[in-house]
Amino acid sequence: MLVNPNIATIQTDAKFADKIYLLPVTTEYVNRVIEKERPDGVMLGFGGQTALNCGVNLSDCGSIKKYGINVLGTKIDSIKISEDRQLFKEAMSNCNVPTLESEAVESFQDAKIVAKRLNYPVIIRVAYTLGGRGGGVARNEIELYEIVNRGINASMVGQVLIEKYIGNWKQIEYEIMRDSNKNSITICNMENILAMKVHTGDNIVVAPSQTINNSEYHLLRSASIRAADHVNIIGECNVQFALDTHSSKYVAIEMNPRLSRSSALASKATGYPIAYMSAKINLGYTLDELQNNITKKTTACFEPSLDYIVCKHPRWDFNKFEFASKKLGTTMKSTGEVMSIGRTFEEALQKAIRMLDINKDGLVLNKYDKDIDDEEDIENHLMNPDNSILYYIAAAIKKKIPIEKISRLSSVDPWFINKIKNIVELENKLIRNKLDMKLLREVKKRGFSDRQIARATNISEYNVRQTRKQIGVVPVVKRIDTLSAEWPTQTNYLYLTYGGDKNDFQITNGGSIIVLGAGPYRIGSSVEFDWGTVNMVFGLQENGEKNVSVINCNPETVSTDYDICERLYFEELTIERILDIIEFEKSKGVVTSVGGQIANNLTLQLHKNDVNIIGTEPINIDKAEDRSKFSSILDRLNILQPAWKKFSDLEESLEFAKFVKYPIIARPSYVLSGASMKVVWSENDLKKYFKQAVISLEYPVVISKYITNALEVDVDGVSDTKNVIIGSIIEHVDNAGIHSGDAMMCIPPRRLDKITIDKIIQHTKNIAIEFKVKGPFNIQFIVINKLVYVIELNIRASRSMPFVSKLKNINLVKLAAQAILNKPLQEITCKNNNKNFEFGVKIPQFSFMQLDGADITLGVEMQSTGEVACLGHSFYDAISKGLIAAGYKLPKNGCVIVIMDHNNIKDERILKSIMILHDIGFTILTTRIIRKILLQKLNDDRNDNIKDLDIQQHNVIELLYQKKIDMVINISNTMQTTRNDKIINEEYQIRRKALELGIPVLTTIQIMEVFIKTLQWRNKKKKTSIQPLNFEI
Amino acid sequence: MVFNTGMVGYVESMTDPSYNGQILTFTYPLIGNYGVPNISTKDENGIEKHIESDRIQVKGIVIHDLSLVSNHWSSVMTLDEWLYKEQIPGIYNVDTRKLTKKLREDGVTMCALVVSDSDNVNIEDIQTKLKKTVNYNNKNFMEYVSTKKIQIIGDTNSNVVIIDTGTKNSILRNIIDIKYGIIKMPWNTKVEKILSYKPNGVIISNGPGDPKICADTIKTANILLEYNMPVLGICLGAQILALADHAKTYKLKYGHRSQNKPCINIDDSRTYITSQNHGYCIDRESLKNSEFRLWFINADDKTVEGIKHKKNKSIAVQFHPEAAPGPYDCKYIFDTFKKIMEENKNCPK
Repeated sequence: MLVNPNIATIQTDAKFADKIYLLPVTTEYVNRVIEKERPDGVMLGFGGQTALNCGVNLSDCGSIKKYGINVLGTKIDSIKISEDRQLFKEAMSNCNVPTLESEAVESFQDAKIVAKRLNYPVIIRVAYTLGGRGGGVARNEIELYEIVNRGINASMVGQVLIEKYIGNWKQIEYEIMRDSNKNSITICNMENILAMKVHTGDNIVVAPSQTINNSEYHLLRSASIRAADHVNIIGECNVQFALDTHSSKYVAIEMNPRLSRSSALASKATGYPIAYMSAKINLGYTLDELQNNITKKTTACFEPSLDYIVCKHPRWDFNKFEFASKKLGTTMKSTGEVMSIGRTFEEALQKAIRMLDINKDGLVLNKYDKDIDDEEDIENHLMNPDNSILYYIAAAIKKKIPIEKISRLSSVDPWFINKIKNIVELENKLIRNKLDMKLLREVKKRGFSDRQIARATNISEYNVRQTRKQIGVVPVVKRIDTLSAEWPTQTNYLYLTYGGDKNDFQITNGGSIIVLGAGPYRIGSSVEFDWGTVNMVFGLQENGEKNVSVINCNPETVSTDYDICERLYFEELTIERILDIIEFEKSKGVVTSVGGQIANNLTLQLHKNDVNIIGTEPINIDKAEDRSKFSSILDRLNILQPAWKKFSDLEESLEFAKFVKYPIIARPSYVLSGASMKVVWSENDLKKYFKQAVISLEYPVVISKYITNALEVDVDGVSDTKNVIIGSIIEHVDNAGIHSGDAMMCIPPRRLDKITIDKIIQHTKNIAIEFKVKGPFNIQFIVINKLVYVIELNIRASRSMPFVSKLKNINLVKLAAQAILNKPLQEITCKNNNKNFEFGVKIPQFSFMQLDGADITLGVEMQSTGEVACLGHSFYDAISKGLIAAGYKLPKNGCVIVIMDHNNIKDERILKSIMILHDIGFTILTTRIIRKILLQKLNDDRNDNIKDLDIQQHNVIELLYQKKIDMVINISNTMQTTRNDKIINEEYQIRRKALELGIPVLTTIQIMEVFIKTLQWRNKKKKTSIQPLNFEI
Repeated sequence: MVFNTGMVGYVESMTDPSYNGQILTFTYPLIGNYGVPNISTKDENGIEKHIESDRIQVKGIVIHDLSLVSNHWSSVMTLDEWLYKEQIPGIYNVDTRKLTKKLREDGVTMCALVVSDSDNVNIEDIQTKLKKTVNYNNKNFMEYVSTKKIQIIGDTNSNVVIIDTGTKNSILRNIIDIKYGIIKMPWNTKVEKILSYKPNGVIISNGPGDPKICADTIKTANILLEYNMPVLGICLGAQILALADHAKTYKLKYGHRSQNKPCINIDDSRTYITSQNHGYCIDRESLKNSEFRLWFINADDKTVEGIKHKKNKSIAVQFHPEAAPGPYDCKYIFDTFKKIMEENKNCPK
């Protein structure tokens, strides 16, 4: 039985568990599941920090004991040792593993004393937290105050740790497996290029370590095993060390007694399935009883040997957040990562950069390389790294800053800087010299792409490829086999490299279908596309197509598990590499409809390279993406759409905007997740947009009327060009204008009438057939005054497909697999006779907390990094759990601050909601004018529960800190035409502070209404229901 | 030519006398990253601190990507500079994975590194030369790796004799660690000479080549066993001990050279990760001809990795408990040996 509210992950597919509870992983809800199901055992190590914390709580509140549940794997006492800083230190000292001198404190006063003793800078770490949330480096008392208070609040136990800052030490991690018979092995170690300075989640990481010698490698290895032994880890754990750069002095920083991001990386880096083996160990097997899945002959009780280097690079999405700081530090900010495999460091690094899908073809020779020349700027960036640190190192080398100095400023080991120097020097060679075979081989070996070579030599990418192939400079396919070819293996876990001259094997069964995965998780394209990729592979297999290969480069996915498909290429999703693989595979075609943005954008390019696209004809995809073609077809079908026009000229667009009235949406033709899409509110804004936006002639900007205050609807479906199957109509809880990825969604629709629903269904069918859709698609509608407008057609799998598929028990992607294999779809009678629930809601999960400075108001740019879904007998039953699962605190009563333009309060919906709050016993703190209006409404000018708030900002922040506020309502003017370009700073500060302190902040009318009605529903002492998603046992 | 799958430890491997007469391929593609430490630095007992013998022992190395720059606080030169200094050839830019697979399939192969300024390398000529050289299997390496004279290391009030068949410095370091002085003796030292030092125990060390060629050492070992002297055999030393007691050895197709080898200790049923470097092996079946019983087995191919004498005074391991390079998980073998020596001290035969 699985408890996890993450709807988009493959983990919550019926295939993987007997019963799935989409519920918050909190003590309350897990307890209820325990009461109901009476499990024999519980596994805590597979659900990240959330599950671990929950397990500790379950034990502390006595449930584990009360119900006689066996904690499988590492026991609670051991978990506590590794989680409590002080206990951890004592334990390490007992097994002779040094730790950093530090002290746990629970107040700022104590923190101050400790910091003084240790000397600034000091680092503040938060006990019981994930992703380093809330920690930081303080250089003085003011910073200390800020971080300590934030940290104490973020910590489950109100505790932070103050220790000496050792940012320039090497950061080395070990992944350990240990069984109940005390057999211990390390799966691999990893070295963080940005040293201790940057959180490992945000660090660029190589495996195995590169700059430490044999004695250091094994010194740390032994220490990690001693630590695991002493704490009595059963299963998997990760130990993190800091190692001095001038001696073998080291300290253990922390230990994670659970599967982590690092263990996922280690699994993919080595081919050793850590989670799988760990589950078996938790069940009582010992390591020597288990088999190495790759060799099928040797034991799992061994340590993988790599004959390649792996490079993990995080993906950041800072440009989605206007005010967020891009600086890297002890708080993790990335949304995802890629892993590259090569046989030189330079190859691995440049591959990783390409995999990120950030418009870069490598470290150098990019189309838009920023000209970095100012030495002071460079030094500043080296000292305070942000997401472009690698490019600043390259710039520093070009600027002839000595390697030692670059290293001193950046804390990056000179070895890595020297390797970057190799890349910079080869760039020079490429530009200056004639491209001969020797140079071509050399640059390919160092990871240069054809596109980089083309740019340096003024030859077209196509010609570089042709020349290269003629003289035999081609990559080879190598296997990842866990033991450096020492034993024969038949593994299908593959990568391509120029570091060799012979393929490990030849394809004997040509004619495969290649499915493109989604690359790194980022805002707008996340785990839902992994779900899509995996289900496409399963679907193809179930429909008789066994020869399916996958290309993907994201170590956090199931689609990169080598046992999912026939052959897995852990590779770049670039045209060059995909063509290499198609040629090697003698593939019969490529599926691009389930891999999100990257795959989708490659469709036309692949088509131009004569690659067979399996699914909807590329010409029809083009028709959907090209706004003018799309629009004329809609006109012909008599389907409404918001007024729009395509422009490359400013004057014409100004005129158009005036005509349709602001606000308008401006967007380039190819978009997903609203990248560079912007709502424009005024003439000045539009002029500015034209200056900033990179609008190519090939893809001009499209301007359309921005309809606000309308209902938005998504439809997910699948078609075989003749038959259309609609998964569901999904209603947005928020009004149009919030990016669909950030919107709360509900199945079934609750505000649409029958006529509108019928109209939507008819439109959907007409559109799918008109565009000859073969495979998955998604259409977005807007409903206003019973008129149905189409805003977008996406001929690909959508973000909401797992939500629809799981709730309706119709796997849309598997049906899509059937369709693309030209097997007709049969009309499906709704299989969902699941009476366990009536409503399902999907709620976005935001990560503003981790992004210093980011504002939490939503708009057309998608900002959420994940999502949850919960079920219920009523809408409020479902959403009540959903909000908790997404991390909201739902106060029962208390004090709420209401700040907004006083004109807003006249909105009937707002007034009504605040009255509800008042009725259920909240004290309301608000401005004088709003108070007056409220009192008028109540007809009671002496009401004590509505109080004046002195809007002196200081007071509010102070109140927030004192935990006297339980909720903030701040309906900003974002959604109105009068939106001022300058955000009212005061309100922003309050929102930000409230967020950091974990106080719910409501910023849109719809969310406020829903939130408050939910509180009202809960107040009537309604108990939420709990029910499994699947029930066929 | 042989290959090793360790990911660190090129300095230790290259100076390990067991590699004498071999060209070593590193399967890990990036070699030389952390440079080479000061090889002449010695500890207070006069043992080279950072390396396993006084010089590079391999005849040549094969690398995929050689790091021409290196960085480490302990480094004083690059790998390339070190090779040049000791006049040992190496080659890089080689598809070492392809080569490893070839060695795995064809077995350990006689080989030559050829340097040429032109493309016209006369392969036949080289093959002829190669055929004329003494085959690795038939060569006695002792004159290259064994000490010529007796060496005294540390306080020898309590001492261990090491019969030097190519011993690694780390074995010496481990003996010092368990508080014994060391008498290091040539491989063919007579047993009387050994006993004249009244050792608490004898170690027969690691070393290169076919164990059968060390006939003199086998004879000595045989007498030591009869004497009930505590003996620890390591690697080649283990094979010699086995041969001394009528067991047999054979050559593995491509040997075990790595730092990740799982070995099961029969006594406690635990699996330990070991460092290995051997091309020959004790025949498991033949143990029944001897007084030895199985102690460790390789968890993967079930070969013999350790034996224990039935009188419990002689033990031997095929792997390297001294590590360097590799994991320290079996360092306890030295403690086990110490215990045997101490018990023996209390009740001499």
